[in-house]
Amino acid sequence: MSNDISAGGRLTVVIYQAVAAVVLLLLMTFGLLMRYSQAGGLDLSEDLFYQLMTAHGIGMVGIAAICGVSIMWFFLSQYVQLTTEIFVLNLILFLVGVVMILSAIFLGGFAGAWTFLYPLPRISGGAWGPSMAALHLGGVLLIGVGFLLVHLDCGYAILKKYGSLTNALGWPTLFGGPQTGKFQHQVDEATPPPTVVASTMVTIVNILGLVSGASILVITIVNLFVPSFAISALLGKNMIFFFGHVFINATIYMAVIAVYEILPRYTGRPWKSSRPFLAAWSFSTVAVLIVYPHHLLMDFPMPVWMLVMGQVISYLSGIPILVVTALGALAYVHRSGIKWGMAPSLLFLATFGWAAGAIPAIVDGTIVVNSVLHNTLWVPGHFHTYLLLGLVPMALGFMYFLIEEEGSTIDLAAFWAFIIGGMGFTMTFLMAGAASVPRRFAEHQPWMQGMDTLGSAFAALAILGVALIAVRFLGGVLASLKA
Amino acid sequence: MQEIAWSITLWLTIILAVTYLYVAMKSGDAADASSVAGAAGSLRTWLFAMLAFAFVPVTLMTTADLPYGAGASTGKAQVVNVKGFQWYWEMDQEEVKAGIPVLFKVEAADVNHGFAIYDEDNVLITQTQAMPGYTNNLKVTFTKPGTYKFLCLEYCGRQHHAMEITLNVTSN
Ligand code: HEM
Ligand SMILES: [Cu+2]
Ligand SMILES: [Cu+2]
Repeated sequence: MSNDISAGGRLTVVIYQAVAAVVLLLLMTFGLLMRYSQAGGLDLSEDLFYQLMTAHGIGMVGIAAICGVSIMWFFLSQYVQLTTEIFVLNLILFLVGVVMILSAIFLGGFAGAWTFLYPLPRISGGAWGPSMAALHLGGVLLIGVGFLLVHLDCGYAILKKYGSLTNALGWPTLFGGPQTGKFQHQVDEATPPPTVVASTMVTIVNILGLVSGASILVITIVNLFVPSFAISALLGKNMIFFFGHVFINATIYMAVIAVYEILPRYTGRPWKSSRPFLAAWSFSTVAVLIVYPHHLLMDFPMPVWMLVMGQVISYLSGIPILVVTALGALAYVHRSGIKWGMAPSLLFLATFGWAAGAIPAIVDGTIVVNSVLHNTLWVPGHFHTYLLLGLVPMALGFMYFLIEEEGSTIDLAAFWAFIIGGMGFTMTFLMAGAASVPRRFAEHQPWMQGMDTLGSAFAALAILGVALIAVRFLGGVLASLKA
Repeated sequence: MQEIAWSITLWLTIILAVTYLYVAMKSGDAADASSVAGAAGSLRTWLFAMLAFAFVPVTLMTTADLPYGAGASTGKAQVVNVKGFQWYWEMDQEEVKAGIPVLFKVEAADVNHGFAIYDEDNVLITQTQAMPGYTNNLKVTFTKPGTYKFLCLEYCGRQHHAMEITLNVTSN
């Protein structure tokens, strides 16, 4: 590690995480309200349900990105020279965007879901007007611009130090000559650390994803006021899912840096960029860009080769990083004599959650299976597994690392409440999906309600766990500010 | 199909969870890192090889019979024209026969909808998207007579959950 993070940079990271902790809890509560309302235990109006769904969806995606980018920034800034001002600007744009989004949703009635599927924002059937759709989409655009600036800054800093993106992905080592014996030392020196490799991958894919996202946002906003300015609904969908898939996946690719950096401090086994590691990340850079058609498997007018590619790449793309990261985490922990604290426990759990979430995703990425699972609760089942049990524990583990707290009995109880609640919650989603229950239904008919109450109970348990952890983190931050 | 998807998912998840629990329990007694790394390396190679080996047959098997391209030949299919509106379906037939293919020509009038077919036991049989400006052709042969139900599986606004229409399938 070449340099330490600046005090200002560190403080900004802590503020990012504090915002994340608070908003995460709020949005999880929104989620519980939705789930319990589906169970019939609560009577939300359909308008309010879809507003909560929109806020929960876009808010969680944004917070996942806030968690991911702050973890990446924290560790990457120890290897390359990042601009703190841009990082601060991103947070400000994010907060302004959030105010716009929440006003559009809860004051203006906007409920077009986080996927704002063209042309739904313009054609709401009377639920909201074009100005509120514009306010919402403008907020999303503003947030996107903030993240784009951070990624450009990261890309610039990486290029300055490593000369090219392929260098920063470790290609000289990956495709280079002998790596043992007397060459070992040289190779170790020249090979970029896992943090740089992951950051480079994210820089590449997220810049492309955000440009696509910004384009479709602008098109949709213009279309609100000039309906004759229209594009094909299928093109709009391609652009949205390209952006959406890349952006949400990048949140984990950033957050996983916490695993690479923090876990070794407990196991005493450094996480190095081995050749399989480098190969996996380079492969995934391409795969994450071309796999998005797996969201369009039920769009029959799509070129069939693209849809088959969506299936094939779904099978292949999850595998390398997962086999490398999950198996890596297992190998680094196995018989390491690790001293478990909250940070390593949560990070270890996170690699499990990520891998576990990929299983139902790959199953559903199979075209003939997608015919009976697409847009059922199976889908929230799979992505809550890797977001709630993968990304969130990465962020929570990072929080414990920041406040340098190993944890007491209460923390341990929170940890297990979180695991049991989270597993139960996601499993009940999957079971409901397998029972053909549609996703995004404000009202569940009696036959759809089988898992709803149980799912809500598990969700409440998971939220309790996160609440305890969030309180611990915020308390730790306040204490360190006073000191 | 749903049961297969669920069993595969459940069992793989259980195997994964047991592996994690095992490693967590064995984490205490320290061993030499290089011995573990060696074992993990060969396990990784083995896993990759197994996945690579399974990949081709699984891909061939699952892509042999894709739901696409049904519109090309109507044949002796019974054609049903369907259109999705905010928030109802319009269908130009009320009844079709079992045992003979049905070709659903699915369109949307305003925004994206999802056309999903449920049988009398509320099992999702198959689906396609309904998209403004496009026609999605979905071919289904109903084997059992009965009343089938169609729900919307693409979020389309405030009454999305209430879009429902039925079709009678009579015995041939
Ligand atoms: C215990 C905590 C949580 C609960 C109770 C919860 C609950 C829900 C519910 C009920 C839905 C709608 C399901 C449906 O389609 O009927 C949903 C959707 C969603 N959730 Fe969560 N959730 C939680 C945590 C999270 C987390 C941590 C993330 C991401 C970091 C997340 C991201 C999303 C997204 C992106 C959607 C899709 C919204 C849409 O369909 O437009 N959720 N959640
Ligand atoms: Cu995806
Ligand atoms: Cu709908």
